[in-house]
Amino acid sequence: MTILLIYIAIFVGAFFTINTIQKFKTKQVDFTSLKTVTFGDESAVISNRAASIISVLAIFMIWGAFTGSKLIPLHVPGPFIGDISFTYTATNSAGESDDARVDVVIYDSKAGKKEPKAEIEPGSGFAKNDSASIAAWRSGLIKVRRNDVGNGESGYKVVSIDGQSITPNSEIFIDNARIYMTAKGTLSLTPDKGWQMESLYLPPPEDVWSRLIKVADEGYKNFTLFEHLGWSLLRVVGGFLAGALVGIPLGYSMGLSGWFRGWFDPIVEFMRPVPPLALIPLVIIWFGIDEEGKIILLFLASLWIMTISSRAGVSGVTISKIHAAYSLGASKWQIMRHVIIPNSLPEIFTGARVAMGVCWGTVVAAELVAAQKGAGMMIINASKFQMTDLVILGIVLIGVIGYSIDILMRMSEKYLVPWKGK
Amino acid sequence: MKGLTIENLSMRFDLGNGQSIQALKDVSLDIKEGQLISVLGPSGCGKTTLLNIVAGFLAPTAGRVNLNDQIVTGPSAERGMVFQQGALFEWMNVRSNVAFGPRMKNMPKPEQDKKVQHLLEVVGLAGFEDKAVYELSGGMQQRVALARCLANDPDVILMDEPLGALDALTREKMQGLVLKLWKETGKTIILITHSVEEAILLGERLLVLAPRPGRIHKEYQLPYAEMGVTMDLREVKKTQGYTETREEILAMIWDMEEEIMGGAGEG
Repeated sequence: MTILLIYIAIFVGAFFTINTIQKFKTKQVDFTSLKTVTFGDESAVISNRAASIISVLAIFMIWGAFTGSKLIPLHVPGPFIGDISFTYTATNSAGESDDARVDVVIYDSKAGKKEPKAEIEPGSGFAKNDSASIAAWRSGLIKVRRNDVGNGESGYKVVSIDGQSITPNSEIFIDNARIYMTAKGTLSLTPDKGWQMESLYLPPPEDVWSRLIKVADEGYKNFTLFEHLGWSLLRVVGGFLAGALVGIPLGYSMGLSGWFRGWFDPIVEFMRPVPPLALIPLVIIWFGIDEEGKIILLFLASLWIMTISSRAGVSGVTISKIHAAYSLGASKWQIMRHVIIPNSLPEIFTGARVAMGVCWGTVVAAELVAAQKGAGMMIINASKFQMTDLVILGIVLIGVIGYSIDILMRMSEKYLVPWKGK
Repeated sequence: MKGLTIENLSMRFDLGNGQSIQALKDVSLDIKEGQLISVLGPSGCGKTTLLNIVAGFLAPTAGRVNLNDQIVTGPSAERGMVFQQGALFEWMNVRSNVAFGPRMKNMPKPEQDKKVQHLLEVVGLAGFEDKAVYELSGGMQQRVALARCLANDPDVILMDEPLGALDALTREKMQGLVLKLWKETGKTIILITHSVEEAILLGERLLVLAPRPGRIHKEYQLPYAEMGVTMDLREVKKTQGYTETREEILAMIWDMEEEIMGGAGEG
């Protein structure tokens, strides 16, 4: 919640700051800048580059600030580390009451465990002084009665802490900590956690970076990082190519022949809405968890998309183009080669982009379920060992690769079908 | 015998709900080689159906079309077509579009190039060989379409509202070009149009079709096409009789439209 508010504050703050700065800069007078109506005019909405940069920086800043990263100078308060001491008051069966002091050391678990102070004055009276140590972010039981005289008697109980009275199942707050009394009268101390995230839940950016260096260097679970990612990519490319190789001719035949369309329409229309992930169990039962099963799953994921897009490509050819080609003396085969295929390329490319995206998502999911190697296997395995930094690293790498695939597809589209949308 | 004859052409098809449409009924026409015929009529009168039958894209239910004493049964290179717009191949540049017909016939490359060069000069697009089709304006695209059709050296050129999507000025220039090409190449041309002016200016013979069933309502023999070859088209429009003819045909078509619509709305 706090994080969301901070994020909104950065968003709004940056907006006004950048706007003010840009007001003072001399502007280039292009056509768009002269438009007075920009609200609702999509062509006048130009992505603000400063906003993009600040957006990315803001995410890193917040990530760093809330994980105590060394890369970011500004941090939200971390967990309390240091000494806490409090005094408790106990009464015994004789009706007497006595005070004793408790010293607790709160230590940073990353820096190694710290023992409680060994030598303490027991103090006078039946209640004796205690000491304990608790790791930051954790809580610990403090058995103050253990060394007290007459602790076994029925009248013995702890009644107050630092002057605040306490009863079983209630809590009080002292400086830097919360103390809770259990039903049996034992004290449980939770030091203040601050606002930072524990690295078990969210490691700071530099941990993820050093994990990248480490995994790239040593590999993970018998395979190098490069092999994990490479195998995932290889499966995607293999499955996609197989799907395209079958799907495109199938789509063409459905677009060109009524019999083919009638025959395959029910199959395609039924299989298309089935999410490929739903096929994973069956594919594993039939083909096992090796490469064969994965390629077949990705083949099925891309097949229907490629079929439908190439069918749409054939159907999308304007009849006047076909008529023109016929009246220019082209044969059926020449029309296929020179008119139908090039005309369907833009649609096929759109389908291929979608199919690659779906395949990439499916392969990661399939590897999460069962695999020896691959990006998905790497992160699910890391999560089992609570290596959150590797999990985050894996997610980032999966995102980067997915994004690069799309950029690559768009670039080849621009190069191969320059007439698209013209 | 050289030329195009249309004999008792009828076209009737079922709509599937028990009704049927008589798109054409007993249309007969003799077109001599080298004639330029414009076909005019209200929407739904079967102009495009007629053209599609001549092109061979539709089979008539009765009657037949002969070209040079051969019955038309399907599309062929001897009957070239020019469409309204969007019939060029966007994935080819101007040169490949124009050379499409010769390439399909495996004409040797140097010959193709010579032909393309010549035709682009004729239509006024010399130097545009390597341009992409989508980089050209609408008028230029139609020039390419004309050149592409001529590259195949067809006996008959069928034009389905080729200038329909152009702005008025470009249209006028293109009308001049059509006349020039007609005179220079001596091709038989059938031109379908919505514009009465265009039909009068370009048609050596002008056919007015009537709807329901589609049939030839009236035929005119007009001098304006011949005049337009040498004169400016705006001058042609000022000649005696032009305005009268235009008004007569407009009134005729207007009446037919009213009859269809019952005077209400428009189609």
